[in-house]
Parts: sequence; C-alpha cells; structure tokens
Amino acid sequence: MRPVLLAALLALAALPAAADKPRLPPNPVYKAECGSCHVAYPPRLLPASSWQLLMQRLDRHFGTDASLDAGAREEIGRYLAANAGRREPPPGVEPRITETRWFAKEHREVPAALWKGTAVKSAANCGACHRRADDGDYSERTLRLPK
Amino acid sequence: MNIFLLIMAAALALPALAADPASLLAGYQAEARKADAAFAASARRGEHFFTATHGGEWSCASCHGNPPDGAGRHAKTGKTIAPLAPGADPQRFTDAARSEKWFGRNCKDVLGRVCTSAEKADVLAFLLKRRS
Ligand code: HEC
Ligand code: HEC
Repeated sequence: MRPVLLAALLALAALPAAADKPRLPPNPVYKAECGSCHVAYPPRLLPASSWQLLMQRLDRHFGTDASLDAGAREEIGRYLAANAGRREPPPGVEPRITETRWFAKEHREVPAALWKGTAVKSAANCGACHRRADDGDYSERTLRLPK
Repeated sequence: MNIFLLIMAAALALPALAADPASLLAGYQAEARKADAAFAASARRGEHFFTATHGGEWSCASCHGNPPDGAGRHAKTGKTIAPLAPGADPQRFTDAARSEKWFGRNCKDVLGRVCTSAEKADVLAFLLKRRS
C-alpha cells in the first residue's frame, strides 16, 4: 500500500506549484514537445482553428520536421483546443502568432531594427525579450529588450 | 489495487527506456555491421558528417554549434539549445526513444532522408570524444 500513498502525496505536493502559473496551463507533454525549438507558445495566442492547421502538418512545420507520434499529437491537440484563444485567426496554412493583428498592435513600439538584429533574429524568438517566456510569463516585469 | 499495479508497471518499464550513450553507440554499430561486417564507428568521420552540409542549407552544427560541447542556437528561431555532447550535458543520449525521435527529425532537415545506423554510430563516437 505504501507506494500508492507516496504517489498520492507526491501528486498533491505538485498541485500548488502548477497552480502558480495560470498563464501557461501546465502540460508537460506540450512543453517538452513544442518548447524545444522555440518557447512553448501560450495556447491562448492563437484560435483553435489555427492550432489545428499547425497540428495537421507537423512534418512540414515552417521548413522543419516537427513530427510527433500519434499519442503525443492527440494529447497536445486536445490541450491546445481546450486552451486556445478567441481572436481572429492569422492568414495562411502556417498561421503565426507573430502575424496576428494582436501581435502587431502589442509590439508596435518595438524598434524595427531590433526584430532583425542578431540578438533577436526572429519575432518568434519571444525569449530574447520576454526573459521568462519559457514559463509562459510575458509580464512587463520580466521584459528586457536586448541591445 | 489498480493504481498499485499501474505504479509497479511504470517502475518496471523505466529501466527498459533508460540508456547511456555508449550502449546506444554499440547498438548502432551492431546494426551497421549487419550491412558491413568490417564497420567500426569513427569519431573523425562523425565530425566530418556533423559539420558538413548534405545538399541542404543546414549542417548539424548549424544549430548545435562546433564544437558541440557548448550551447547551440537554433538557426531559425534563435532559441538556445543545450550542449549536445554527453560530456557537457549528462542528460544527452540517455533515452533511446528520444534520441531516435530527434535523429529522425533532424536528419530529414539536414539530409532530406533518414540517417543510417553507421552515420549515427559515427556521430555518437564524435560526440563522446568531446569532453568539456
Ligand atoms: C524541430 C523544431 C520544432 C519543433 C519540435 C516545433 N517547432 Fe514550431 N517552429 C519551428 C520553426 C523553425 C518555426 C519558425 C520560426 C521562425 O520563423 O522564427 C516555428 C514556428 C512556430 C509557430 C509560429 C511562430 C510565430 O512566428 O508566431 C508556432 C505557432 C509553432 N511553431 C507551434 C509549434 C507547436 C504547437 C509545436 C509542437 C507540436 C512546435 N511548434 C514544435 C520549429 C519547431
Ligand atoms: C524584440 C523584443 C520582443 C520580442 C521578440 C517579443 N516581444 Fe512581446 N513585447 C515586447 C514589448 C516591448 C512589449 C510591450 C510591453 C508594453 O508595452 O507594456 C511586448 C508585449 C507583449 C505582450 C503583452 C504583455 C502585457 O503585459 O500586456 C505579450 C503577451 C507578448 N509581448 C507576447 C510575445 C510573444 C508570444 C512573443 C513571441 C511570439 C513576443 N512577445 C516576442 C517585446 C518583444
């Protein structure tokens, strides 16, 4: 009976820590599989239809192979659908957060040269400016523009 | 009782998934010897393979850097990538399924095909020679 007790206690202990970060609903599979080549983008920043488009063609994902086994694909698909946002979808079959109107508006004060500079490289490199983007934290407190 | 069985099953499954870089290398080498009995993994060949482009835009080193015992940087997204050499990051090549998944994806990106067992063995031999 001991292991059950231990497992239950461990699960309980893990709960409050996860609840601390409401910005990125915790899903370890999503973070591991979709947070390796770039930060695990917050699900709420794209609508469900856009996430679905992305999940349908992971083997040709922005010029790279991001394919998953069926189990992980289904779990992540469910997670994204459940936590997706409601804004208007960006254009194209490869929808980008960085091509939403929301993103342009929120980032209109970022100097144009900064996006292309070597420190940032790509607008999709959220972590270059949002230092805690890995944890889904985009608050002003953690924002630091590179030089 | 069901939970108990589940936990036991999970505990039993763990050792099967865990691996270490040397045994992965040995496995790839054994696989390569089925096609070429004289095959022996070569760090020198592995280094050449790792740093060369293979018809596409990227080499392995484009994202993992060279030498690969420092942090790399994704060639497109700019995200920092932890060092690939096991000497610099002991987590590397300790999970066979994970290694296979990334060989599968990244070989497709760099070579436009899957890597052979011989190529994987060579790359591992190269990475294992790098200690930091
Ligand atoms: C093998 C590497 C890799 C993996 C794994 C990966 N991606 Fe990507 N992803 C990329 C690249 C490369 C880009 C293009 C980035 C750029 O243009 O700077 C990208 C871009 C994106 C974008 C658009 C970013 C923008 O500009 O707004 C989204 C959304 C995205 N990925 C979601 C995902 C999801 C969801 C997963 C997990 C199922 C995933 N990615 C896994 C490599 C990867
Ligand atoms: C070049 C630096 C830079 C990059 C890269 C960047 N941002 Fe930002 N981001 C900013 C700045 C500057 C603001 C504006 C902060 C303000 O005005 O309060 C901002 C604001 C935001 C906000 C609103 C924060 C709030 O508290 O209202 C979110 C959410 C956000 N960014 C998400 C992202 C995501 C997701 C990415 C990657 C796809 C990204 N950003 C990439 C610089 C950047």
